[in-house]
Amino acid sequence: MIINGVTIDATFAEAFPMKATRAIITAQNEKWAMIAAQAMTGFATSVIACGCEAGIERVLSPDETPDGRAGVAVMIFAMGGKGLAKQLETRAGQCVLTSPTSALFAGIDSDIKIPLGKNLRYFGDGFQIAKKISGKRYWRIPVMDGEFLAEATTGQVSAIGGGNFLVLARSQPQALAACEAAIEAMRKMPNVIMPFPGGVVRSGSKVGSKYKTLNASTNDAFCPTLKGATKTDLSPNIESVMEIVIDGLSKEDIDNAMRVGMQAVCELGAANGIERISAGNYGGKLGPFHFHLQEILA
Amino acid sequence: MSALTFTLKYQPAQRVDLSPLVCQRLQGLALTDIAALELQSGKAKLRVDELFDISGDDAQHIIIKSSVAKLDFIGKELESGSINVEGDAGAYLGMGMKSGEIKVSGNAGLYAACEMKNGYLEIAGNVGDFLGAALPGNKMGMKGGLILVKGNAGERVGDHLRRGTILIEGNAGDYCGSRMTAGTIAVMGTTGRYLGYAMRRGTLLLWNAPELSASFNDCGSHTLAFLPILFASFKSLNSKFAEASVAFNRVQRYAGDMAEIGRGEVLVKL
Repeated sequence: MIINGVTIDATFAEAFPMKATRAIITAQNEKWAMIAAQAMTGFATSVIACGCEAGIERVLSPDETPDGRAGVAVMIFAMGGKGLAKQLETRAGQCVLTSPTSALFAGIDSDIKIPLGKNLRYFGDGFQIAKKISGKRYWRIPVMDGEFLAEATTGQVSAIGGGNFLVLARSQPQALAACEAAIEAMRKMPNVIMPFPGGVVRSGSKVGSKYKTLNASTNDAFCPTLKGATKTDLSPNIESVMEIVIDGLSKEDIDNAMRVGMQAVCELGAANGIERISAGNYGGKLGPFHFHLQEILA
Repeated sequence: MSALTFTLKYQPAQRVDLSPLVCQRLQGLALTDIAALELQSGKAKLRVDELFDISGDDAQHIIIKSSVAKLDFIGKELESGSINVEGDAGAYLGMGMKSGEIKVSGNAGLYAACEMKNGYLEIAGNVGDFLGAALPGNKMGMKGGLILVKGNAGERVGDHLRRGTILIEGNAGDYCGSRMTAGTIAVMGTTGRYLGYAMRRGTLLLWNAPELSASFNDCGSHTLAFLPILFASFKSLNSKFAEASVAFNRVQRYAGDMAEIGRGEVLVKL
């Protein structure tokens, strides 16, 4: 398949089941809601070493938030419910509770509840106040700037992590420009996050390493400087490869995000140095979810 | 299906215990069976059809017409459905109700919604003392649900209140919120003496400055983030509480009762 001079490989991205949650952070204004959200979703690019993958889903207008202030929706993905709950709680405690004027609310409904403010309340040292409003429990925790308001729990849902595609370009600036265009389009899609810095990862990994202590290492088949030194997957004219990783609540959500992302890349096309779009997989043996690039773009 | 309607034929000489006439106990009964139920009235037992004309067949929607203040225990331990009282209700209205909805077009007596567990109770007129309170000797009053009083409330509103919300559009009498363990009482009108007497936790939300005991300490003026959420939850009510113009988030906060553990609060609109 070739779109606007860009070859779409007949391959697929391989993704895994994860557990996910969403929280809504509000603050006095969008600036401070965003600061809290960025802190909460920091150091959360990959479950390999961060314990979770997290990102900002979108900015919310005041009429979309529970307390009528500016807000940001963040999503956190982890391999299991226990890990997710731990990550959510520590991040909420260290990054949102501490952030001026913030408040924290559930962003997704589910039968499975995980603590949001439920345990943060103990920071109140006995001065915390519970309020049950319309069936939801909130905790009011006295803090130095006033009161930190946090909903007791949020929902945990099954989700998918690891959807991805690779952008192969003739130069590094062209690869980055294409990825930026893709991320801009993908950020408009609901229920997905792109957890890497700016949504883009330049150090895609393969499973395993020559070093026994490492379970992941550089994806040498896609490293342009190793074209002559390893079993490469790159043609001579490709000088830079970047990857976009997508975590989403459902296969359809990831399909849609990948579609708009790849379309944005194809729009730039060969004229802007984009040669191919490929994807990362493990031969289909590890992850139950397969995202076939050509099917998504068909 | 039309609502199961009980129309009072005459003013009873003694008070009548209406607790058998709740939705879950009438469900599936034929009108003749309902007519044969016995209601305690003083020392006597009265058949339902002796006191009421009965019509309709939907036991999940009960209407009591021409109701008077001698009809006690209306909606006692109601588990589902709705009861509409056209007229006044006696004492112990909605006592221990667990779910469903009770609406009274007139006034209600003592101990309305005492030890209520959940559900919605609306009183269009005034209500007597001990609204949402615990029964004498008990330590736990209302534990959940919502009460709306459009008129005035008597003394000891929410005595031993444990959880839930009591909204009063009019005035509340003395000892409002006494011995509260938690929960919320909002009063748009005035409050009497000994507000929040011996309250441990919970919130008294007031539109008018109260006469506070010395055991309540001023914590200053604040903008509280939970108030807009609380007011938003009243939006669906047929009440002044639903109006955007009455909502506020800026309050003077008083902590008390310091003679108790002092974790309660009185929030007064600024």
